[in-house]
Amino acid sequence: MSKTNFSELNPAWGDRQPILVGFLCNWCSYRAADLAGTSRLGYPATLRDIRIMCTGRLDPAFVLKALREGADGVLVMGCHPGQCHYQEGNYKAMRRIALLRRTLAQLGVHPDRVQLAWASAAQGTIFTEKVAAMTDVVGRLGPLEWRDTIEDPAPQMKVLSLEEVAHG
Amino acid sequence: MTEERVGVYVCHCGHNIAGTVDVEAVAQWAQTLPYVAVARDYRFMCSSLGQELIEKDIKELGLTRVVVAACSPHMHEPTFRGVSARAGLNPYLMEMANIREHASWVHRDDMAAATDKAKALVAGAVRRALELKPLEPFKAAIKETTLVVGGGIAGITAALEIANAGYPVVMVEREPSIGGHMAQLDKTFPTLDCSACILTPKMFDVGTHPNITLLTYSEVEQVDGYVGNFTVRVRKKARKINTDVCTGCGDCWSRCPAKVVDEVFEAGLGYRTAVYRPFPQAVPKYPVIDVESCIYFQKGTCRACEKFCPTGAISFDQEDEVIVLSVGNIVLATGYKTFDPRQIPQYGYGRLANVFTSMEFERMVNAAGPTGGKVVLRDGVTTPKSVGIIHCVGSRDHRFNRYCSATCCMAALKFSHLVKERTNAEVYQFYIDMRASFKDYEEFYVRILDEGAHMVRGRVAEVTDAARQPGEEGKLIIQVEDTLIGRQRRIPVDMVILMVGMEPQEDAVEISHLFGIGCSTAGFFTERHPKLDPVATMTDGIFICGACQGPKDIPESVGQGAATAARVLSLIGQKEVEIEPIRAQIDESRCSGCRVCNTMCPYSAIDYIEELGVSRVNPALCKGCGTCVAACPSQVITGQHFTYEAIMAQIEGLLYDVRSGNGHKTVAEPQPVEVA
Ligand SMILES: Cc1cc2nc3c(=O)[nH]c(=O)nc-3n(C[C@H](O)[C@H](O)[C@H](O)COP(=O)(O)OP(=O)(O)OC[C@H]3O[C@@H](n4cnc5c(N)ncnc54)[C@H](O)[C@@H]3O)c2cc1C
Ligand code: FES
Repeated sequence: MSKTNFSELNPAWGDRQPILVGFLCNWCSYRAADLAGTSRLGYPATLRDIRIMCTGRLDPAFVLKALREGADGVLVMGCHPGQCHYQEGNYKAMRRIALLRRTLAQLGVHPDRVQLAWASAAQGTIFTEKVAAMTDVVGRLGPLEWRDTIEDPAPQMKVLSLEEVAHG
Repeated sequence: MTEERVGVYVCHCGHNIAGTVDVEAVAQWAQTLPYVAVARDYRFMCSSLGQELIEKDIKELGLTRVVVAACSPHMHEPTFRGVSARAGLNPYLMEMANIREHASWVHRDDMAAATDKAKALVAGAVRRALELKPLEPFKAAIKETTLVVGGGIAGITAALEIANAGYPVVMVEREPSIGGHMAQLDKTFPTLDCSACILTPKMFDVGTHPNITLLTYSEVEQVDGYVGNFTVRVRKKARKINTDVCTGCGDCWSRCPAKVVDEVFEAGLGYRTAVYRPFPQAVPKYPVIDVESCIYFQKGTCRACEKFCPTGAISFDQEDEVIVLSVGNIVLATGYKTFDPRQIPQYGYGRLANVFTSMEFERMVNAAGPTGGKVVLRDGVTTPKSVGIIHCVGSRDHRFNRYCSATCCMAALKFSHLVKERTNAEVYQFYIDMRASFKDYEEFYVRILDEGAHMVRGRVAEVTDAARQPGEEGKLIIQVEDTLIGRQRRIPVDMVILMVGMEPQEDAVEISHLFGIGCSTAGFFTERHPKLDPVATMTDGIFICGACQGPKDIPESVGQGAATAARVLSLIGQKEVEIEPIRAQIDESRCSGCRVCNTMCPYSAIDYIEELGVSRVNPALCKGCGTCVAACPSQVITGQHFTYEAIMAQIEGLLYDVRSGNGHKTVAEPQPVEVA
């Protein structure tokens, strides 16, 4: 696998490369990633992955956290629809990610920086292809550097409870 | 957290990791991470010396967390949890960083990138480890009953071994009889002993064994639960026969006027009636009425079988029955199907009458088969003077299956012998490579060569009936490049046998999902480890044997069947299993009782406690997916071992270099206040 010069995709990369955070479900996509390893399939070294039991565990806050901490994109992968180890966690993830992408767009983040995809435990190639494809998309979008703009000037102020918000 | 002491252990895995990741550099760098008391690299962490190294550190340095940067947790998490436990550290405080499958093996051309990624994964694991909480695994009793799915030779072997050890077995077989493919075979290589003679006693044992409940003409519909405690729903299809009174006398099928081609047992070469028993030695002995071909069910009149049945066993209004089983372990032995050669039109199957599949030929040479064991052309009378046997049909072929079907070379040699024995015809074998590994197989090959089989090395291009040269009229001509003499040849024969490959069952992928196990892209079930754990699966308590795991012959299927029995018996012997304590837990003092989680749970494991106005997780039903954890608007559900804090910390760790690389301070997260 030849190394991509990301500045050709988008000059803003300079000598950096995209960093993606991956959330992989334990039963299908994490094993697909394992299989990619045992089969020695190469893919871009852009993904840093976290194992969760199911995509249903994916709190949208994790995605926002990753972007805020400096990731340029987040790839969530689970079992194919109908094949979730816990029956329907991936359907929950679909709804949450769809909403999150819309929200992100309103915050000025390109929704394609957050993607949801499926790979069964036998689909090492689908996993690697997805990582490569997402690396390419994020490569074209350029660095996010969201953290430079997202920080509230007064992050340390106490957060109001719901009751306080409601009753002033 | 100041008192935390983390040990980081970076494994070389011989050359597997160290060849691509600079493991020494990773270990030295890890030493500088906050709370890391010690970081070491070692050739093989999983070796006893590696394990002792970690144990010693835990004890002597008072480590409170351990991070092992090595292979996938699916490989060695149990090993290193064991190490921690032995050294007195709660096993759930051990975290693995997968720097082999997810780094060294996939970034082999870029050591710097692989090393950077390994560091990020280690940093993430260290941060996560610091947030882990000690947990105690649950213990659950193991049900003694085992479910065996599929009654071929593999399943039969597994069932008998377990039953003979004194434990109950339920066998579920889809067809009206057990026996599988072996029951269709005539002779078996390399010994040429009669297949039925060695199989039927075993089938009989299964049918009569006091510890075996046999459910034929049945299929599994639903599987729930976990190792030791599976609940399985089986649909027992209506046989339309009252088996309490049926004696299997045969008056019904001998009087049945409906004849259909028997695609299953006779491989399409023979016929059966609508009420039928697939073969005389069938177990159980009772027939079934195939509703699709029964004249009464299709047209409303006939009932001939009912009139002639001496015991009144015909039961047209019998309905399917649903049986719920409670079992501790499951053995899958669902076998294979054969490749459909119509996919290779140039071989003429289905178009040229005298092209047969290997399964058809098995039925033809079988004395109990449609031709009474006579080797004849499709017309039913002409004896062939020459027979061409084409190997690797649908196997070792990038258009269909890349793998070798493992049994066809030997079966082709067996056919050579049988053709010679019955007809004295000339036999031509068209092979790509002859494969005769395993005991006595090479000797069998030599014996067949001595019998005078013509061996032609080359993949057949075409089978045609278009004669071009004298001597080809009325023959099937096999066009092939003989790669040993480097020439195109046209060999005219009377009969062609296609050695069709072994493929996963049509529904193998669905079956793998039903039971929650993995399968290859082709559809063969995936073993836990290809070398060291060939009959277990990634799902505890579910085992696989025989051709459903990959092409194999009878001796190997029997060996695997017995191996699954050993695995099941060893689990039953342990009486209890440890279940991962990964469950959701609700902090009731902070639960607002909104009940969002109640509907979210796929297992209805969360109840709303009316009197307290809060929700509560039933740990026996919860499977730990974490869907409710992510959904709770008040963030008061903890997903054990995958807590909010642990995952957030892991994210920070993974991106450690982006933070410092960009020269940013950590972005502080606004803290929610306690709701009073
Ligand atoms: C032409 C040919 C000749 C051969 N000759 C020889 C030989 O001479 N010697 C030799 O050693 N090997 C031979 N073999 C290989 C041999 O057939 C297999 O090794 C053996 O039959 C595998 O046994 P099994 O139990 O794994 O599978 P199978 O025999 O396929 O049995 C599987 C059983 O499971 C049942 N089943 C499937 N799915 C389900 C389900 N979902 N629910 C319930 N039941 C299900 C099936 O109905 C079947 O009864 C030959 C193979 C072929 C194709
Ligand atoms: S377990 Fe894979 S998505 Fe639910």
